[in-house]
Amino acid sequence: MTKETSSITSGRAELLPALKRELKKNGCLTREIMDTVAGRSGLPLNEIYGVATFYAYLPLAPLGQYVIKVCRCLPCDMKDAQAVIGGIKQELGIAPGETTADGKFSLELVNCIGACDQAPAMLINAKLYGNLTPQRIVEILKSY
Amino acid sequence: MPEKRIVLGNCGATDPNDIETYLGKGGFKGFIKARDRLKPGDIVDQVKKSGLSGRGGAGFPCGLKWELARNAKAKMKYLICNADEGEVGTFKDRYILSHDPFGLIEGICIAGLAIGARQAYIYLRAEYHFLNDPLCRAIAQVKEKGFLKHLDIQVFEGAGSYVCGEESALMDSIEGKRGEARYRPPYPQARGLWGQPTIINNVETLMNIPHIIANGAAWFSAMGTAKSKGTKVFSVSGDVSKPGVYELEMGSSLKELVMDLAGAVDIKAVQVGGRHGNIIPGHMIDIVLSYETCLGPGAVVVFNSKRDIIDIVHNNMHFLNDESCGKCTPCREGTEVMLEILGRLRGVEGAAGDIDALEDLAQTMALASLCGLGQEAAVPVLDSLKYFRAEYVNRIEQSLFLRSYLGEELSKSKEGER
Repeated sequence: MTKETSSITSGRAELLPALKRELKKNGCLTREIMDTVAGRSGLPLNEIYGVATFYAYLPLAPLGQYVIKVCRCLPCDMKDAQAVIGGIKQELGIAPGETTADGKFSLELVNCIGACDQAPAMLINAKLYGNLTPQRIVEILKSY
Repeated sequence: MPEKRIVLGNCGATDPNDIETYLGKGGFKGFIKARDRLKPGDIVDQVKKSGLSGRGGAGFPCGLKWELARNAKAKMKYLICNADEGEVGTFKDRYILSHDPFGLIEGICIAGLAIGARQAYIYLRAEYHFLNDPLCRAIAQVKEKGFLKHLDIQVFEGAGSYVCGEESALMDSIEGKRGEARYRPPYPQARGLWGQPTIINNVETLMNIPHIIANGAAWFSAMGTAKSKGTKVFSVSGDVSKPGVYELEMGSSLKELVMDLAGAVDIKAVQVGGRHGNIIPGHMIDIVLSYETCLGPGAVVVFNSKRDIIDIVHNNMHFLNDESCGKCTPCREGTEVMLEILGRLRGVEGAAGDIDALEDLAQTMALASLCGLGQEAAVPVLDSLKYFRAEYVNRIEQSLFLRSYLGEELSKSKEGER
């Protein structure tokens, strides 16, 4: 554990970057990881938990290797984001909030990702995909 | 009025990966002039005289903000570029950051000189993670050219929170806390990041700075209306044939933007300013775009006649309720109750007092919320009640009719379905 979390430096300013590093390494922020971050930073565990739960992109439970974030806000919703979500559900057999059995994909519905000019849009990890259709979804998912 | 590309002038004309192309188009002329020929006070003066106001939505006079920070006595001053573009329907900053990072960095360089900051942050939203590396590479190129001797620029990436676009929540986020709005005063110009004087400017605001310094305050203030100077970059989406980013002189009409440029034909309503922006009905399409009327961060979403107003307002409220930081009661509870009422109306389960309850709540939230999120959350609700009241009244009447006509049986079976 000490070796794995040696990148955590102390202090409040480093908290968010430290949590992100842990996330990159471990895929999620478990109780054990938060405990270690608390120990290193000198901050109480409840503070770490408070910060981790505030931000949408800091998951506490493990997610798939590829996290699909489909935008559910109005401009995407108006361009039939529902059909895209349906397409993903059909292709992967998972509903929003779920992960495929092989641990490859997770599906999430998120707030505006700033791609309303190419609605409906989604992110897969950090990659942006716009002008989606249920047909395109199948092709995109196959490329992973 | 046709498009007037000043802020977007270099987008597409330069290579965002190569500073030489930016220098070839006259890039960093404004910075060199500011550095070699102007005193910091003169830079602030130019920006003040130009009449430039904040482009992130609040419209605070930029020069005044800078002057307050410049005059504040402190060992350390900070400059933050707000690139946490979370407003629904806004994507102009993504476009700018992708196409002209050097223009933004030049603006930051000049702002640093003006207020005497040695550390700058670009707070980039997590959703734009794909822009982080290109932005860092652009900063490195600017540094290599020797334009960053006075200032260190760091990209600080958020972690997925809309309210962090609000300046006080943004500072808390950089400080490693939950991104919750702060009580003010003190204002950031006096005590901001780590308690030091801090300036927070939107991406688009800073993009204007090199042009103002290079061309002069008079050139800039000749554009626009009495209180809104320069141009504005708009993000247009929804029921239009050409969604995208458009730059117009302040004072252009909404009609020019959504019909002439973005190709909207059938317009029931347009929401200007994001999720808590004004809802403008189709018959008012000639309205002028300026701080005096409606503007916000320039998010423009068009709704055609097939769209249901209550659906739109409900989706808005769902977003605001989800993103409320929860620190102050009027916003946390107000958005919750509004969402509940709008959800019932949407599902034809309205009640007689619903409109009164929405209007009552709206007043409290506007008066008592800590930051813009709660203060303005009810703006679209009130606007829709003003212009599309009949739809609310109809929905309530339908609800009452359904309940009395179909009686208890229906409501029981409906409950069973849930």
